[in-house]
Order: sequence, then structure tokens, then C-alpha cells
Amino acid sequence: MAAYWKQLDTRFPQMEAVFDDLMAEALAVLTRDGIDAYLEAGRVIGKLGRGVEPMLAFMEEWPSVAQSVGEAALPAVMTLIQRLQKSPNGRAITPFLQTLAPVARRLQSQAQLQHYLDITLDLKARTTGSIHGHHTTFPSPSLPAFFAQAPHLLSQLTLAGLKNWVEYGIRNYRTHPERQQDYFSLQSADARAVLQRERHGTLLVDVEHKLDLYLRGLWQDGDHLVPYSTAFDELRKPIPYYDKLGIRLPDVYDDVRVEEGVVISGLDRYRAALAHMVGHRRWSKVQIADNWSPFQRMAVEFFEDCRIETLLIRDYPGLRQLFLALHPKPAENACDPETTSCLRHRMAMLSRALLDPDHGYTDAALNDFVGRFHAVMEQGVSSTREIAALALAYVAKTRLQSDQFAKVHFDDTVVDYRDDNRQLWKFIEAGDEEESFDEKRKIEPGEEIRGLPPRHYPEWDYASQTYRPDWASVYAALHPSGNAADIDRLLAKHAALAKRLKKMLDLLKPQDKVRIRYQEEGSELDLDVAIRSLIDFKGGATPDPRINMSHRTDGRDIAVMLLLDLSESLNEKAGGSDQTILELSQEAVSLLAWSIEKLGDPFAIAGFHSNTRHDVRYLHIKGYGEHFNDDVKARLAAMEAGYSTRMGAAMRHAAHYLGARPADKKLMLILTDGRPSDVDAHDERLLIEDARQAVKELDRDRIFTYCISLDPKADEYVGDIFGRQFTVIDHIERLPERLPQLFMALTK
Amino acid sequence: MTDKNQYKVEQEPFYQLQKNEVALYEAAYRNRLPVMVKGPTGCGKSRFVEYMAWKLGKPLITVACNEDMTASDLVGRYLLEANGTRWLDGPLTVAARIGAICYLDEIVEARQDTTVVIHPLTDHRRTLPLDKKGELVHAHPDFQLVISYNPGYQTLMKDLKQSTKQRFTAFDFDYPDAALEAQIVAKETGMDETVAAQLVKIGGVARNLKGHGLDEGISTRLLVYAATLIKDGVEPRDACRMAMVRPITDDADIRDTLDHAIDATFA
Repeated sequence: MAAYWKQLDTRFPQMEAVFDDLMAEALAVLTRDGIDAYLEAGRVIGKLGRGVEPMLAFMEEWPSVAQSVGEAALPAVMTLIQRLQKSPNGRAITPFLQTLAPVARRLQSQAQLQHYLDITLDLKARTTGSIHGHHTTFPSPSLPAFFAQAPHLLSQLTLAGLKNWVEYGIRNYRTHPERQQDYFSLQSADARAVLQRERHGTLLVDVEHKLDLYLRGLWQDGDHLVPYSTAFDELRKPIPYYDKLGIRLPDVYDDVRVEEGVVISGLDRYRAALAHMVGHRRWSKVQIADNWSPFQRMAVEFFEDCRIETLLIRDYPGLRQLFLALHPKPAENACDPETTSCLRHRMAMLSRALLDPDHGYTDAALNDFVGRFHAVMEQGVSSTREIAALALAYVAKTRLQSDQFAKVHFDDTVVDYRDDNRQLWKFIEAGDEEESFDEKRKIEPGEEIRGLPPRHYPEWDYASQTYRPDWASVYAALHPSGNAADIDRLLAKHAALAKRLKKMLDLLKPQDKVRIRYQEEGSELDLDVAIRSLIDFKGGATPDPRINMSHRTDGRDIAVMLLLDLSESLNEKAGGSDQTILELSQEAVSLLAWSIEKLGDPFAIAGFHSNTRHDVRYLHIKGYGEHFNDDVKARLAAMEAGYSTRMGAAMRHAAHYLGARPADKKLMLILTDGRPSDVDAHDERLLIEDARQAVKELDRDRIFTYCISLDPKADEYVGDIFGRQFTVIDHIERLPERLPQLFMALTK
Repeated sequence: MTDKNQYKVEQEPFYQLQKNEVALYEAAYRNRLPVMVKGPTGCGKSRFVEYMAWKLGKPLITVACNEDMTASDLVGRYLLEANGTRWLDGPLTVAARIGAICYLDEIVEARQDTTVVIHPLTDHRRTLPLDKKGELVHAHPDFQLVISYNPGYQTLMKDLKQSTKQRFTAFDFDYPDAALEAQIVAKETGMDETVAAQLVKIGGVARNLKGHGLDEGISTRLLVYAATLIKDGVEPRDACRMAMVRPITDDADIRDTLDHAIDATFA
């Protein structure tokens, strides 16, 4: 021992106190060479000049790390420590070493651990700040927090998922140290949201519809399915349950491999849990619990669970397989009644035996009660009361002194698809649990919310090809009103143009019935053609057989949404004109509105501008239910420009209204004078790519988008967003004339 | 003159009596009242009409209605011939002349203006004016009009006019209860009753989902198909998927749920 101590070469008294114990453990686990490397590494860490903490952490953790991933991983770990030491991130060494053991237990191989170290290095390199640009000076704010969270993260994410999660954090919060720290310590909402997205397993939200169908189809039951989170409750894992407000299920179930080759999918686990709860809802009666001991209640629960499962299997025999696969199979002599309380073990064995005809347990009392249980069930559905009597008899018969012991045998006794049976019990006397629900909560008098609450829309992040969940907040409101007469004056100014437009409009107006001639089969004989055919026939020529005609209805069924960019740049003067772009837009929109109104297509007008992602304003100017009347004109007259252009969010919100229209064809016109941009978007491409993604989404919902751009330089980017569905208007002063014409050309 | 016998139903079709519908139909026929048969698809509407035609010993002329059908497709039309034109009776006219039961299947599929031509045949007049030909056909005493439709997939566009509806006496058909349906499947295919009952159980699952993504549950007809496949040696789960699940839905969620129901039913 003394030789080892010398090899470690340290004088920390804290180290000395625990050294013997640590070495004893290390000697048991590590090889001869491993011990040397261990002590050498310990020596190096001790000499880093960062106190005893990192050394202690290393000396404590390494043997168990080596056990999980092998001793050969040490050089890689030491490399990382040296990199941390040489950067301003020395303080992160201790948290790194402290959580290394649980991380290694998760990863289980050296290659995996190497990936983890790579992710860490990447995080370090990209979040460590610098003043001069070539020489890092600030420590990464997130690294210690990240190390602290790492075991927890890895319990829920695969390495790929962890990488994505880290990537997201770096990209969105690199320039914001406080937020970065919040993200990496899992405090911020979107850290949790992204974590949820990257999790492995079957998410309840993804299969909720299937489960609804399952409940309704197989069980003629249905209820609200409410997820509870399993991610943040480490100590006490919540159990499924149901109450008046709905059925509570975990938000995610992993697939489980029950034995070689048999995998129960997360979806099937949900189904098992639901079937079990449906059984309770159908067949269980509430029991008064006061006179029963906790042990008795537990036994009654096990028996009752088995009774309803037997009944469920009677309905759908295939469920037996599913239940048995998920039910633990306790080994008969796993529990020693001399030292441990075996009641749970006995009950779990019995529960297994009640469901599994080939249970193979030899215990006489157990087999006796299995027989009695089946005898009772053969009579019919039995009842909770009857089965409870049987359960009590079983408890009485098999009771052991050791059941009272504090050490309880838990292995293989938890049937995780069963609910917590809270609906089975009723307590007449009030419990002595603390009730804090009745307390009135104080509501802070905050600023009163005016208008509608915001709607949140995701935003597309092209770099990672993922959506940022609930990123943009869109506030919809009615546009303020001005003087309607202004718009009438504008229309009067363009009276000559209006007259020309009117002619075009008349041509476009739908004619309801269209005659289709020259049909072989049709509803009526087309006399003219028939006679001509007959003449041909008589004359010896081959007659035209297409002598019938039929009708087709030809309606025009287009819903239109006109989305106006009301950003600051509209206040500029248009080139070669003394009017601002805003005024010209106003005229153009008025004329267009007038034209569409004449055509009779349903249409809406809205404007938008944005001031960061937290405040995207969406202003209704005309709704589908309104006509182009004075109210609308007044709002149009009050149009004002300001702020920036977050186009994607506005388009998604507009699509929310347009998508709900029952029309055959849906057209969204976007009138804008510049590229999408916002003050909080540093990357120019980001909002362009987001708008492009929004166009794709709309296209998927069968909404045709078309952009009318007033930006002479629009060619650089507008094609990227809208493909070929755009027009750039160079002579802005001709906009009032061009816009209605464009619309008509599009819808002809 | 048209050959009456070609429309006769020669063999007795298998029909399982559900309630007193046969007696009721006979009463309606005695008084030559027009009959309307409603019910979901594949529940035995057409089979019932066929059976009644056989039982009464009357010829049966069936017309499957569709959207492109016009009044002249029912009544008749002029055809061009070498020497001019020739009138050809439509199925409705033929039935009225020879005294057959005319069965218009899925009448709502035809356009509303088409169905109006049956009106004069369905009230006290019992005549069919052929205005293009200038003839008034008086219906044969044995003639009766039967229509069927499926109220399930009624849309705004597809509904009968009140003036049409109110000319008929009506039967409301539905899928028989589970025990009876199992019997029907068993009898129709020679399948043993336990498997038939399992099929009916899966059918019931789909019917519970009607309106929640399914327009229509699994019909008795599809159950019979599945039983036929099983009888032929196909593995029951495969047969059920092929005959009962795949035809009725493209929705992945519903398909999964029904597949699970099949697995849960065949242990």
C-alpha cells in the first residue's frame, strides 16, 4: 500500500483518509497495468493545481468506469482532461469526472464513450468565448451544467439524440451565456421540448389517436388520455392511473425485450395498460378500505387485477400472451423469508400463476388458491367483494412473521402495466396526509392581456433540418380603423382603370352550365350532329358516332388570402414616384379587393409585421365573412408600416384561416417589398429558409402561394422561397394596375 | 316481346330471416306498394330483394345506379338505324311492361333529376309516360318498384328528394346481432361457428369505429369473404387482414388497431 501511495505522489490529507479503501476496490477490479495507469493518471490530475476535488472524483470513479467500458479508455479521458485544462474550462474537470461513472454505465463500450467525449469536445470548442477572435478567453458557460445533466440525459437519449440536443443548444444560445446555461441545465422550456423530441421509445402523443381507436374499437370505452412525464421524476416513478379527469399514462414507453427474440413494442405496452384500466372500469367495485391492513389491501389488489385480466382475456384471448410477456416471472425461491419480507414476492408469484397455466410453481398453498380462483371464475364474472374474500383468506393462510420486516423483496414484483388501483379504495375516515389543495392560490395581478392570446408556430432551422418547437408567437388582432372615404377617393382616382378591369372581370365570371358536345355517350341526342352522321351513313361514309351531348357544371370555387407585408421599408418612396410604397400598395390592394368582390370569390386581407420572434403581429383587415364595405375600407385606410418581416410565421397563421375554407382551390397572395428578416435573426438565410419551408407546408395543405415582390433585387432570394410562383414588379408606380391583372391571370 | 323468364330467380338464395321483414314485404307486394330498403353496405339488402323475388316467383330487373345515369337510361331512347331511328325500352319500361320487380340499387348515386322519372309509377297512377315516344305505358299488375340506398355515406349532395322518399314504404336494415351474424357467416360458407363468432367480433370492433375515421364498419359480406378464404386454407389472421381490414381503410392508425384486434381475438 505504501508503494502505491508513493506512486500517487500527493500530500492531500483528504486523499490520504480514503486511499486505502479506494485502492482495495481498484485492486479488485483493475489489472496490474491498469493499477499503474490508474495511479499515474491520479498523480497527473493531482498536479493540475485545481485542488483535491478532481483527484478525489477520479480516484473514486475510475474503477467502476473501467469496469463498464474497459481500462483502455483511460488515454482518451486523460486527453479530454488535458484539453479542458489548457482552455479556460478547467473548472469543468470536476463535474466531468464526477458523472463519468454513471455515463459509462449507460454507454457500456469504449467506442460509445469516445462519441460522448467527442460531443463534449465539440461543445467546449464552440461555446468557449473569445475577445480577440483567435484566442479563447472565457470559459464555456454551459459545460459544467452539461456534465451535471449528462447521466440523466443519457438515460433518455441515444447518443445521436444527445448530439442533436447539444447541437440545438449551441446553435441557438451560443451568443447568450445565461440562456445557454439555462438550456444545458435543463431549466428552459425548449431544452425540455427538444429533449422530449429526441427521446427514444414510443411517445404517447404519437400514438394517441391509435389508442383512442383501440379504446373505442375493442372496448367501447373512451376517455381523455393524459400523459405524465417520466423524465423528471427520478425517485418515485409514477404509475398509470385513471380518475374523473381522464386516463393517465406515461408520456413515453420504451420497447422492452422480454426474452430472446420477443420484443413488446411501446404501443403494445400502452394497449396493455389501457386494457387493464378498462377492465377496472368495467368490473371493479369500490371497496371500503378502512378496516383492512395495507398488506390485505395489497393482496386484494393483486387478486382483483388478476380477476379483471382473466375477464379481459376471455374477451380477447390474444391478450394473455401480451400480459404474460409483460408480467414478471419471479423465481420461486428468490426471496429468503428468514431475512426479508416476502409478501410482495408471494403475491407476484401468485399473480403470475393465476394468469399463466404453465407457471410451474410447486408451492401447495399457491396451487390451492390458483385452483380456488379458477373455480370462482368459472361461475361467471365473480365480483370484487368475492375475490377480496379469497385474497384475505390467502393472506391469512400464508402469513409469515417476516412479512413485517423492513427489508422488502422488490425484484420481479412490479407489474408495470397495472395502474395504482386508487379507484378501488374508499376511505371513510379522512387520512392524516397533508392537504394543501384547498389553499387559495394567490394570483399576481399582472398586466391585463389585451386581445387574443398568442398562437405559437414552429420555425424551420435549415442547419439542423428540424423545427424549433413553438418558436414564433403570433398575436392576431383587428387592424385599427381610419377614414373609409380615403379609399373611395383612391378608387375614384383609378376609375378609368377600374372600367378596363371590369371588362376582364365579366369574361371571368363563371357560367354555371357548360355543354359538352361530341360525346359517344351522353344525356341527350345532339340533333345537329346526329343528322349529319345519318347523312354520312346513308351516303355510305363512316358516320361520326359522337352524336350525344352532356352537361357539366362549371363553378368557380376559389378562396383567396392576401397577405401584406407591413414592415418599415414600406415607408420609403418608390423610385420614380413621389408616393411611398405603402400608398401605392394601398391603392393596389383597394383595386384588387374591389375586383375580387365583383367576381364574388371569398377573400380575406391581412397584414403582418414582427418585432422579434416573441411579437409577430397579424392584423386582420378583411375577413371572409365581411364584404368590401366601409369597415374594411376604413381599416385599409389606416394601414401603417413598421418593424420587420417574419414571413414564415405570418404565412402559417394565414394558412390557419385559409385552410379552414371549404373551397376547391386556395390561393395565398403575398405582397412584400423585401426579404424576410427580423432583428433577432442574425443569419440571413434562416428566415428565408423558414419561409421556403412554410411554402412547402402550405403546398402540402393544397394552398397555392404566390408572391408579388416589389423589391428590385428580389431575384436573389425570392426564387429560393417561392420556386417559380412569384412576380417581381419593377415599376412600382404601376402596381395598382398590375395587381388585379395578376390576380385574374392566376385564377383564369 | 321480351323474354320474361330470363329475369326469373331460379335458385333459392340463402337468406336468414331477422325479424318479420318477409311477411311485411309480402303484404307490401300484395298491395303493390313501392318499397325502399335502407341499410349500410353489405348487410343483405340486395340479397333480401332477390330472395323475395324468388319467393314470390316474379322476375327481377336490377339496375345499379350511378352518377352518369340519365332518365333515358332508365326509360329508353331512340337509337339510330339504317332506316331511321328505333325506340329501345329501358329497364324500367321493360319491367313495367312485363310485370317484374324493378330494383334500383343505390338510388342516391343517380342524379336527383333522373330519379324523378319514377314518380308516376310509384303512386296511384302506375303509369310511365314516354314523352319522347309519345306513349303512356300502363304498368303490368305484377309490377313493383324497389329501391335501396345507404344512409351511411349520405352527403349533402347525395340525398333523396322528400318527394321521392315519400312515395315508398321502407325497411331499415342493419347488421344482425352477433349471434345471428355468426350463424349467417357459418351457413353461407360452411365455416364452424366458433371461428365465425371470432370474425363477427372483429367486425364489431370496426363498427365501433364508425364515424371515428371509418365511414362504414366491416360488412357481413366481408366477413363472408374472410370465412371463405379461411375455409380455403388461408391462415385466419392473413385472411382477416386481406378480406376485412385492407379493403376498408387506408388510415394507418385504424389499420394498426384492427390488426391488433385480430391478433387479440385469435389467441
